Amino acid sequence: MKRVLIIGATSAIAEAVAQRYAKKGEKLFLVGRNQQKLDTMVDDLKVRGAHLVDSSAVDLTDCGAHEAVIEEAKRALGEIDIVLIAHGTLGDQKQCELSYQDTLKEFQTNALSVISLLTLLANDMEQRRSGVLAVISSVAGDRGRQSNYIYGATKATVSVFLQGLRNRLSPSNVQVLTIKPGFVDTPMTADIPNKGALWATPGDIADGIIQSIDKKRNVVYLPWFWWGIMTIIKLVPEAIFKRLKL
Amino acid sequence: MSQQYFSWGRYPNVKQTKSVVVDRYTDMPTCEDSVLPYGNGRSYGDSCLNEGGVLVGTEYLNHFIAFDVETGILRCESGVLLSDILALIVPQGWFLPVTPGTKFVSVGGAIANDVHGKNHHCAGTFGCHVRCFELLRSDGQRLLCSPEENVEYFKATIAGLGLTGMITWAELQMRRVPNAAVNVENIKYGNISEFFQLSADSDKDYEYTVAWVDCLATGRNLGRGHFMRGNHAPSQAGCPSHSERKFNVFLDPPISLINKTSLRAFNTVYYHRQLVRSKHSIAHHDSFFYPLDSIHNWNRIYGPKGFLQYQCVIPLNASPDAIAEMLRSIARMGTGSFLLVLKVFGDVESPGYLSFPRSGATLALDFPYQGELTRRLFSQLDDIVDQANGAIYPAKDAHMSAVGFKQYYPNWTKLAELKDPNVSSSFWRRVTGEQ
Repeated sequence: MKRVLIIGATSAIAEAVAQRYAKKGEKLFLVGRNQQKLDTMVDDLKVRGAHLVDSSAVDLTDCGAHEAVIEEAKRALGEIDIVLIAHGTLGDQKQCELSYQDTLKEFQTNALSVISLLTLLANDMEQRRSGVLAVISSVAGDRGRQSNYIYGATKATVSVFLQGLRNRLSPSNVQVLTIKPGFVDTPMTADIPNKGALWATPGDIADGIIQSIDKKRNVVYLPWFWWGIMTIIKLVPEAIFKRLKL
Repeated sequence: MSQQYFSWGRYPNVKQTKSVVVDRYTDMPTCEDSVLPYGNGRSYGDSCLNEGGVLVGTEYLNHFIAFDVETGILRCESGVLLSDILALIVPQGWFLPVTPGTKFVSVGGAIANDVHGKNHHCAGTFGCHVRCFELLRSDGQRLLCSPEENVEYFKATIAGLGLTGMITWAELQMRRVPNAAVNVENIKYGNISEFFQLSADSDKDYEYTVAWVDCLATGRNLGRGHFMRGNHAPSQAGCPSHSERKFNVFLDPPISLINKTSLRAFNTVYYHRQLVRSKHSIAHHDSFFYPLDSIHNWNRIYGPKGFLQYQCVIPLNASPDAIAEMLRSIARMGTGSFLLVLKVFGDVESPGYLSFPRSGATLALDFPYQGELTRRLFSQLDDIVDQANGAIYPAKDAHMSAVGFKQYYPNWTKLAELKDPNVSSSFWRRVTGEQ
């Protein structure tokens, strides 16, 4: 039986992952901001077959609270085998361009809080010489574009941090998985009109995440075709790229 | 948020916007235009559309709340699909008390349309198995509705087409089955009177009955088809294997693939595929109840103009003649589809004021939308239904007249009284003239 800690558990992708683990009868600990939403999930996951589900409501931007919540999860689960970090916000790019404070807030939520959590969890897993750290980054972190480079920069920070962490933890038998979803139809993107063929469901992404954990992958684009799209986007010379309206 | 949202028939094609409720504690969005709860969009006509208004999606109300494996009582949010419920309960020895021909409908939609299935003559409609639900009104009021509490709202919301407000969660009674698989007997029969005879002979001993009819057969073959009757298999029968392989119609063909030639070829082969008169088999519940679910987006085969379904019910004493007359009209027109379904409903009464199923024979058939031709045929069929004191099913409808609606559903005034003032649908405005 696996013991799974899900941080940012009420996000659509994390929830879909939790449902799949529940169906397999695993033990789950959920961390999110909204107690009511967590309670809804706890009931749901119990019905779906989870062996144990517990939760804690924490504002993850407050890094001072991280150590306590990880301890709480460990007490509930016994030990932690798999961590999925999934919290994040798709901030208002235009607002961030006007205000450093808003940009800082985006970094606090999407990058610094993730680094704080990973620091604590990685040291623990390195010592135990086992575990999985799966973190949701984004294809937006692969190259900066004018339409969302603040969000992209926060995700790039996470991706590079994970790259280094993977390198460091490789001898300790700890899997570090960077997950780069493309467009996903979630409440976070509900305002975007005319979703086309490139859009995936949270369920599709969740299947991909669980498969990638099982197969011990390092970096994964979900769905897979984003690897091709991003490879092309990264190959465009900067002299041309800077003139594109992306 | 202005995006195309279709009903399952992809007709009519109207402009509207869509919003969602993110959890069951949130109120409905407030806006100037009217709103309409929208589940999985499997109603065929315009009852799940709201031209010029807002659809409020329930896709994030997808949580189970409790399931008691001893009593079979399930409580879940309204956006949960019947397919999710089956995946949960079948391995635990339970099954849906009533299921329509697709498992991709939401619980909210199943209640709002008071859907029925092949066991209507034993089990009644879906609404007969609803213990209670919470109804969220646009003013933020939350009503717990059951046969004991807020009874009027309970009756108006079951089959209420989403017009009384949004169902946030519901409690349903599942049924225990020895085996989800079904022992099926498939009987090839020669004409319409044989159908009624078979139906009368079968309804007592078989929980599930339905017939496929060759809509192009005429003369002494009129109404010929295959009659399917079955019961859940005993537990020791095991479960037949079932492939999860799915086909997908991933693009819109430029024209309907259903035409006179393809239809005649299909129907002839399909009718004669079984040489013996009667054949027994054990079917996986997916292939017995949901044969079309294995083809994703099958509704696209009718091309860009979409299709309409005609489903009516005719009181039993008038139905042999009326159904024969309808079949003649359809065959004369040479239109229709390979899936004409005929079934005799029972007399189990639904709590819903606007429930469609009632004692009699029901006929359902898809038609590719062909403009005037389709309208002419439908008005012929309407005349037959009206003369026989029948009724047409709102969940499948995009054409019935206001006069017809009020005649088929005399309780519509009760729904009008309890309707949420900020909720409306294209269907409702069409059949009541209300703006």
